[in-house]
Amino acid sequence: MRAFTVHEGLVAPMDRANVDTDAIIPKQFLKSIKRSGFGPNLFDEWRYLDHGEPGMDNGRRPANPDFVLNQPRYRGASILLTRDNFGCGSSREHAPWALEDYGFRALIGTSFADIFFNNCFKNGLLPIRLPAAEVQDLFDQTAATPGYRLKVDLEARVVVRPDGRALAFEVDPFRRECLLNGWDDIGLTLRHADQIRDFEARRRIEQPWLFA
Amino acid sequence: MAKTLYDKLWESHVVRTEPDGTALLYIDRHLVHEVTSPQAFEGLKLAGRKPWRIGSIVATADHNTPTRDWEKGIEDPVSRQQVETLDANIREVGALAYFPFRDARQGIVHVIGPENGATLPGMTVVCGDSHTSTHGAFACLAHGIGTSEVEHVLATQCLLQKKSRTMLIRVEGALGRGVSAKDVALAVIGRIGTAGGTGFAIEFAGSAIRGLSMEGRMTLCNMAIEAGARAGLVAVDETTIQYLKGRPFSPSGETWDRAADHWRTLVSDPDAVFDAVIDIEAAKIEPQVTWGTSPEMVVPVGAAVPAPEDFEDPVKREGVARALQYMGLEPRTPIRAIPVDKVFIGSCTNSRIEDLRVAAAVARGRRKADNVKQVLVVPGSGLVKRQAESEGLDRIFQAAGFEWREPGCSMCLAMNADRLEPGERCASTSNRNFEGRQGAGGRTHLVSPAMAAAAAIAGHFADVRDLK
Repeated sequence: MRAFTVHEGLVAPMDRANVDTDAIIPKQFLKSIKRSGFGPNLFDEWRYLDHGEPGMDNGRRPANPDFVLNQPRYRGASILLTRDNFGCGSSREHAPWALEDYGFRALIGTSFADIFFNNCFKNGLLPIRLPAAEVQDLFDQTAATPGYRLKVDLEARVVVRPDGRALAFEVDPFRRECLLNGWDDIGLTLRHADQIRDFEARRRIEQPWLFA
Repeated sequence: MAKTLYDKLWESHVVRTEPDGTALLYIDRHLVHEVTSPQAFEGLKLAGRKPWRIGSIVATADHNTPTRDWEKGIEDPVSRQQVETLDANIREVGALAYFPFRDARQGIVHVIGPENGATLPGMTVVCGDSHTSTHGAFACLAHGIGTSEVEHVLATQCLLQKKSRTMLIRVEGALGRGVSAKDVALAVIGRIGTAGGTGFAIEFAGSAIRGLSMEGRMTLCNMAIEAGARAGLVAVDETTIQYLKGRPFSPSGETWDRAADHWRTLVSDPDAVFDAVIDIEAAKIEPQVTWGTSPEMVVPVGAAVPAPEDFEDPVKREGVARALQYMGLEPRTPIRAIPVDKVFIGSCTNSRIEDLRVAAAVARGRRKADNVKQVLVVPGSGLVKRQAESEGLDRIFQAAGFEWREPGCSMCLAMNADRLEPGERCASTSNRNFEGRQGAGGRTHLVSPAMAAAAAIAGHFADVRDLK
């Protein structure tokens, strides 16, 4: 996994609540058996005027000029501002894969759906929860300031605004450590293989029907 | 100290804990389907790792599979490749059970687990699918995971987790005639919202829940994720134990007695403390119909579609306006005045035998309305299909002009050929009414099986309680 330490980048606003994973990456693209290449179909139904299917040349499709990420001022954005319950719906990891493949490194919003939140951390994508008033300020400042950028510092657990104000955020220490170092979860867990084997052996004796 | 059911399930699976409380949880059952597993198997192989315990794996192909013309195979080459990739992966690594495309026991992963006794009380159950919450009906700690976690479970038989908070939703009293578990689920989501359960594991309790069959409890726990809770739970009682008796992977003989004794301990202690408690009066729940693009946008069938100005919060108001526009609805339209183009009876929420019996009871001796272009009835599994046919339900549906299909996820998420065309409006027994969920531009209204069948007959939403 790609490590995340400090990231500074252009901010784009996704000003709607309950953005679901079907909207982030529609189901027809879930038929892929690869982990990469989902970026061009991120928000496909909102982003293009035609209906997208796998295998299309996305560069030739008509873009929806009203969709926020198609506006020239947000081109190259790597930080997405979001509203309540972003990433609700299915457990598809294709959603963080698509966001990451598009170029996003951090998401800042009031709340994220549990499974999506979890999936982000496995892909070097940092979801940050901030109080509603601070998120509203960021939406206002993004709208008012073309080229609005933020700095996200995971080591210090702050989002730094252009005016120097630092917004503190919380993140589980274990997750933070993994992300800062880009550690592979599986490798970490397998260091405890003996403990897992012991647990399993006990369980097999106590509840043999689970091992039928 | 008194413990909740969730506490008991959690504590009995912790292998080790990190200083910040992140736990390594042991996983008993790993359900696998074709959409969220290929990258996990590939990752495992690239890292030179082997699955930890093959006997924990139960696999099937359900999302991409067609629901008719099975003799032709899977025509969409991209779908076919995904299903063949699952075939190849399971052939290579093995599984406790694999129900491939066209197998007699193939079906929706959340239907086949319980019906085969592969979902047992006290288990941790995971699957790369958010509706894994379904299995919580058996007092399992069950939830959806991403593909990286699928790989993690394959490689280590464990999952890294932080403990959730606990919410008790108590539904007391008797449900009214024509009111089902689906209506309870939608009413709960209408009350707490789609993020109301975020960070929580929800236990459903109370006399109305105890009165539900296992299939009703599965419907309810299935929708816990639509309330934001990764896991839903119902305590074990005699209904649970009776359901499990004699199923293929259930224990038998002396082991059965030992297991059943243990299962009876899987209840919250009487004085256990929950982080949140919600009380709902069963008698006040009416048949529900969603009108928008989030399951929380729901009202009783006798009500009307709201207007944006009914909501104070500006983000919510705009969300309502956008939903009404997408759904092609005017504010204040009575729900019963909304005509439907298609009806879908199926999905991991409502495709079990009792769901089909209820829908058939409404359809019996009636015909679908002329304005309804298609009514799809998609059983949850091959076993459900066979049972329904032995009861003659297929003939009742066909006589009513409904189509009787092969099992699979079908038009719940439209990864196969079953889908809505842009602008089409559907009464659906599935779980999500998101934009484009059942096909790009399609408009989904979530309802119970009885209400879906009633809409098919009336041609518009109708109160199933009004049918004689």
